[in-house]
Amino acid sequence: MKNKTRNLVVALLATMSLGISLGVQAADNVQSLRGRDVAAPELDPGGYVVPKDHAPTARDYVQQPPLIPHKVEGYEVSTNFNKCMDCHSWTRYRETGATKVSLTHFKDRDGKELSNISPRRYFCSQCHVPQTDAPTLVDNTFKKAEGLR
Amino acid sequence: MSYDNNRGGLWGRLRGAGLGLVLLVFVAGILFWGGFNTAMEWTNREAFCISCHEMEANVYQEYRNTIHFSNRSGVRATCPDCHVPKDWTHKIIRKIQASKELWHHFLGTVDTPEKFNGKRLQLAQNEWARMKATDSRECRNCHNFEYFDYSIQGRRSTRMHQDGFSEGKTCIDCHKGIAHSLPAVEQDIGSDKGGAAPEVFHPTEEKPAGAQN
Ligand code: HEC
Ligand code: HEC
Ligand code: HEC
Ligand code: HEC
Ligand code: HEC
Ligand code: HEC
Repeated sequence: MKNKTRNLVVALLATMSLGISLGVQAADNVQSLRGRDVAAPELDPGGYVVPKDHAPTARDYVQQPPLIPHKVEGYEVSTNFNKCMDCHSWTRYRETGATKVSLTHFKDRDGKELSNISPRRYFCSQCHVPQTDAPTLVDNTFKKAEGLR
Repeated sequence: MSYDNNRGGLWGRLRGAGLGLVLLVFVAGILFWGGFNTAMEWTNREAFCISCHEMEANVYQEYRNTIHFSNRSGVRATCPDCHVPKDWTHKIIRKIQASKELWHHFLGTVDTPEKFNGKRLQLAQNEWARMKATDSRECRNCHNFEYFDYSIQGRRSTRMHQDGFSEGKTCIDCHKGIAHSLPAVEQDIGSDKGGAAPEVFHPTEEKPAGAQN
């Protein structure tokens, strides 16, 4: 019993020290994407330019939340008001010329169909984002889905 | 002779006094008028508006994040630019109406953020009605839509402006919440919020008679 405990402690210490030395090594050659220490002051967000309003961007796969093809700066989405729905709702889209919000957004989490968007879709920018001219952080080999090429 | 002399003296003195009085009234008038207009100007500054915490803690903080507070050209629209008419008659009328703010300030009607938000729907509706009635005159003091260059405005702006103006719409019909957070607005998502009805937020009625473009 005693021996077992001692062995356990030794093993534990050994793994810990190995872990620490590995950790130190890892910290030496792994760079965070931001390239900074977590404690360092925030980087300047960079004056990335949001492109002018343009026609909707082609999707890369069918289930993709379409990108926002216009400026959204200062748009209020709060308990009081949802600016996106002021143009994209089924009652407003004709007047504003916006794409009406997808029918899939009317289903609540229990699969029940509602008469307007489900509250779980309220915060549009969880899924829909505009683009800027920021360079990509890492190279990738992403290609459009077969059916959409 | 002496009689004549006396008469002339009296006349002279009276004339002198009259002239003095006129001069006095004249100077007092200048002083009063100047002081009055100075007071008007003094109350037409942003610093004056936000000297009341009701204005400073709520609407001012919200406005600080908007394009009219800071933008690439540094041209600002301050509180009175949007809320106080420029021409004299309308300005005086608005100033007299605004004396109710002083009263409500001392009553403490909206002296906490909770109370302010509780009354915001009513305050905002007053402001919407005012801007609708003047065909958004204060906006048009700076923005003249006849000089909108649709070749450089965004796709959505170009379309909505051309359609909107031909239907007789005015700035405030579409640009509510341009400088502050909005009160609750009914959008039929989830439960009833007791906010502004859709037809209040997007009025469909014709432009008031007499309003010029
Ligand atoms: C002033 C009206 C207006 C507001 C407000 C608005 N949009 Fe749009 N949106 C449009 C219009 C118009 C289009 C279509 C663009 C076109 O065809 O030129 C569009 C297109 C889109 C599209 C692309 C649809 C597609 O089929 O590719 C998305 C996504 C979108 N908007 C999301 C949003 C989100 C999210 C918000 C809120 C942050 C928002 N919009 C606010 C008017 C608006
Ligand atoms: C949980 C993620 C999510 C949220 C939140 C969300 N969407 Fe979507 N949206 C999607 C996806 C995925 C699609 C594409 C597939 C589809 O139609 O469901 C889409 C499609 C759309 C389309 C294109 C419809 C079409 O006919 O092409 C519009 C417009 C849109 N969303 C607007 C909105 C608006 C406005 C909001 C906020 C009120 C919102 N979405 C919230 C995921 C989301
Ligand atoms: C004495 C403090 C005070 C000052 C100074 C002040 N306000 Fe207010 N303001 C208030 C209060 C209190 C209310 C709420 C009135 C109410 O409850 O009806 C208010 C309401 C308003 C409203 C809503 C209008 C309405 O008819 O309901 C506007 C707009 C406004 N203020 C703008 C301004 C501007 C612009 C200035 C500067 C020129 C300014 N205020 C200066 C205290 C002040
Ligand atoms: C003192 C002048 C002035 C007044 C008054 C004024 N604006 Fe502006 N407005 C500006 C300036 C300056 C800009 C920023 C222009 C820029 O840098 O692009 C601007 C920008 C805007 C924008 C563009 C927003 C964006 O995100 O690009 C809108 C919309 C707008 N104003 C609407 C209004 C409305 C509605 C009113 C009346 C309630 C109003 N303005 C009153 C000067 C004014
Ligand atoms: C029919 C609705 C409507 C009316 C009326 C309207 N606007 Fe707009 N305006 C829009 C929309 C939609 C946009 C683009 C979306 C946005 O900026 O949120 C816009 C954008 C703008 C912009 C930014 C333009 C750009 O593309 O950079 C300015 C400035 C502006 N409006 C000022 C005004 C002024 C001033 C008036 C009154 C003379 C007015 N608008 C009346 C709907 C309207
Ligand atoms: C660009 C124009 C503009 C500027 C600048 C502006 N306001 Fe407003 N204000 C509005 C409009 C439009 C409303 C009507 C409500 C709405 O649409 O948000 C309003 C509403 C209000 C209200 C009523 C409460 C509410 O939120 O609706 C108060 C109080 C007020 N403004 C005070 C101020 C003060 C104080 C300043 C300066 C710090 C200021 N405003 C600057 C346009 C402006």
